[in-house]
Amino acid sequence: MDVLVYLIPASLILGGLGLAAFFWALKSDQFDDPAGDSRRILSDEFDENPKG
Amino acid sequence: MAPNSASASSFTSADMGIAETPTGAACPGCVALPAGNSALSKALAEGPVRKVHLSLPSIHCAACISGVENGLMQLDTVHAARVNLTRKRAEVTIDQDAEVEPLLDHLIGYGFQAFALDGATLQASDADRAARDLLMRLGVAGFAMMNVMLLSVAVWSGASDATRDLFHWISAAIAIPTIAFSSQPFFKSAFMALKVARLNMDVPISLAILLAAGMSIYETSASGHHAYFDAALSLTFFLLAGRYLDQKTRSTARSAAAELAAMEVPYALRLDAEGHTRVPIGEVVVGDTLLVRAGANIPVDGTVLKGASELDRALLTGETDPVAITEGGTVTAGEVNLTGPLEIRADAVGEDTVLHSLASLVSIAEASKSRYNSLADRAAKIYAPVVHLLSLCAFIAWMYISGGDVRLALGIATATLIITCPCALGLAVPAVSTVASGRLFRKGLLIKHETALERLAEVDTVVFDKTGTLTEGRPLLDAPEAIPATAFSVAMALAEGSSHPLAAAIAQAGRARGIAPADLTDIVEKPGFGIAANWGGKPVRLGRATWVGAEPVPATASYLDIDGAITPFTFSDRLRTGARELLDALRNDGFQIQLLSGDTRPAVEAIAKELGIATWQADMLPLEKANRVNALRDEGRRVLMVGDGLNDTAALAGAHVSLAPASALDAARVAADMVLVSPDLSHTLDAIRIGRSAKRRILENFGMAATYNMISIPIAVMGFASPLAAALAMSTSSILVSLNALRAR
Repeated sequence: MDVLVYLIPASLILGGLGLAAFFWALKSDQFDDPAGDSRRILSDEFDENPKG
Repeated sequence: MAPNSASASSFTSADMGIAETPTGAACPGCVALPAGNSALSKALAEGPVRKVHLSLPSIHCAACISGVENGLMQLDTVHAARVNLTRKRAEVTIDQDAEVEPLLDHLIGYGFQAFALDGATLQASDADRAARDLLMRLGVAGFAMMNVMLLSVAVWSGASDATRDLFHWISAAIAIPTIAFSSQPFFKSAFMALKVARLNMDVPISLAILLAAGMSIYETSASGHHAYFDAALSLTFFLLAGRYLDQKTRSTARSAAAELAAMEVPYALRLDAEGHTRVPIGEVVVGDTLLVRAGANIPVDGTVLKGASELDRALLTGETDPVAITEGGTVTAGEVNLTGPLEIRADAVGEDTVLHSLASLVSIAEASKSRYNSLADRAAKIYAPVVHLLSLCAFIAWMYISGGDVRLALGIATATLIITCPCALGLAVPAVSTVASGRLFRKGLLIKHETALERLAEVDTVVFDKTGTLTEGRPLLDAPEAIPATAFSVAMALAEGSSHPLAAAIAQAGRARGIAPADLTDIVEKPGFGIAANWGGKPVRLGRATWVGAEPVPATASYLDIDGAITPFTFSDRLRTGARELLDALRNDGFQIQLLSGDTRPAVEAIAKELGIATWQADMLPLEKANRVNALRDEGRRVLMVGDGLNDTAALAGAHVSLAPASALDAARVAADMVLVSPDLSHTLDAIRIGRSAKRRILENFGMAATYNMISIPIAVMGFASPLAAALAMSTSSILVSLNALRAR
């Protein structure tokens, strides 16, 4: 069961990375306009210089 | 609403700019980027800017986004524009001293209807913060739940002794901070309820979470077998998910009364010895002389001192035809001055104006509506006491059976509380309303009020307004092909320069028929009467019957006089798309239908006959409409009110549930529970159908939650419940309820 010493911290760190990514996405307004973002990718205007 | 109305209407955009800056400052680069480099330098060069928010009810696609953004960017005062499609809004950065109105006019030119959002903006961003806060807590709870669940799986599959204790301790280390952070909304709400000695759904939730965590810590420290950390966390997670969906669907709902006040014109032109000065509406006192330009709104109730014009009362009364007004006539706040400038004496200001009394009618009606008990509230009322009593009974019974073993009795009482806890109940309503609102959104209907769908399911009577609801609200020229081409071309030339709706209709019909306007000289508009000119030496006039000396015809009409030869132009209003289909379908389904209009009798009768509406009434005042709706309610009828004007707002707010088309006035859209964005009125029928289906799904969900409780409660009370059973039961019931919600269509 010694392997737990590595595996438990590893699983917690990986989960924590996911959580940190979620916080980052939330803080940078990526959940503000899901409907708009899903359509903006259809427009070729924003390719070089993405808006927001 | 009286005390805050003044602050709402005089809320300046400059204040808003200051308050809004911090959000933008979080990422200044992002805000300036869309404008490209030129805009960036423009912003730096010209100094102070402010942010304004526009409401764009008609945008729906990728082309709309770039259309609005690029359209706005063409204006010199605009530094940046960003459309939010989810909320159908645009955030625009403009010069500090620039006006908002040009933006709106500019967008209309591109075919996008836009409205300035004023005092409501701050409230809306509060709602955003609340949603984001919930999402953050939900994310943390989700992360913690998954990790603890993994550890629990190890325990359930046979970890023992030191390993089990270690896993329990790690679970505790993850769970306790998470509960302290993520469950705060429940604790706060439960505390508020207990403070006023009431029970709400959050009391048993908070108790279950706290007891589960506390007992698990005790068990862990005593090397016990059962720890409920995973149950406490999944409870938090599922309930937060429900709470978040709920918040999302209701964030658009705002107080109708506040926006009705914000809609009032904020400035008036006061005339004094030196000319006119622009003063805030709050500073106008009774007896002041005010100038109202053509095209402007009447700021206060008053009497005309000088000038003649025509007033568009459609928004206030539902009348299609503009009303002529001369010296001595009375005007009402909210009317639109069409053709000539007017000098008016203020007779009633602020809270005494007719517009304001409408606002108070709306707030009274809103208060009566908030007494509606949602299905979720009713379920909570039965549920909360039952759960508490059950676990208390379990505790007392096991204390007696075991001869005073507190640990065992508390363990069983906690298990009962956790197992019965309303995971499924918390998701039952929000999951269904999210799915149903999503479906309706795709059909062009916005649900603004959280219980609107439930109330819609109960409707048995539909009351319509005429102008702007069943009809387009714009006059169209009757039989343009029957009018002689010469007369038409003269009329068209006369009409082209005027902003009068009938003149605009003539000009439009002429263009459609491909007629070239005649060559006229000396065109003069006589406000309140018509337009006169000279056509190759002959005097020509287009205007009212009495002015041109014509024999009036029994319809909305304008008369052309070419040197004594009279040609009448008659107009009628066109039915809105889908109106006929909707009325036929409603009749087939056995709804009682009524038409209440402020327009004149012949106009209403014609529409009622055309659509086959038996019960109709014309010449109704706003209060009479509201009273009629209230009378129907007192008869026990559930009324769906469909209307668009200011005169409908009180009736909209008073009806069991209400719908306003997107073309409606702000105030009506805000007072209504639902907004129809699609121009096709027949989608109202879809709304009723989906509302009924949603209510069925909600009841099914409650039934499912109840069945599940009926099975699990005896097991828990008898002491057979384990953390594994609790976790299984909680997840399966939540998933079942969510799946059932998907069937709302």
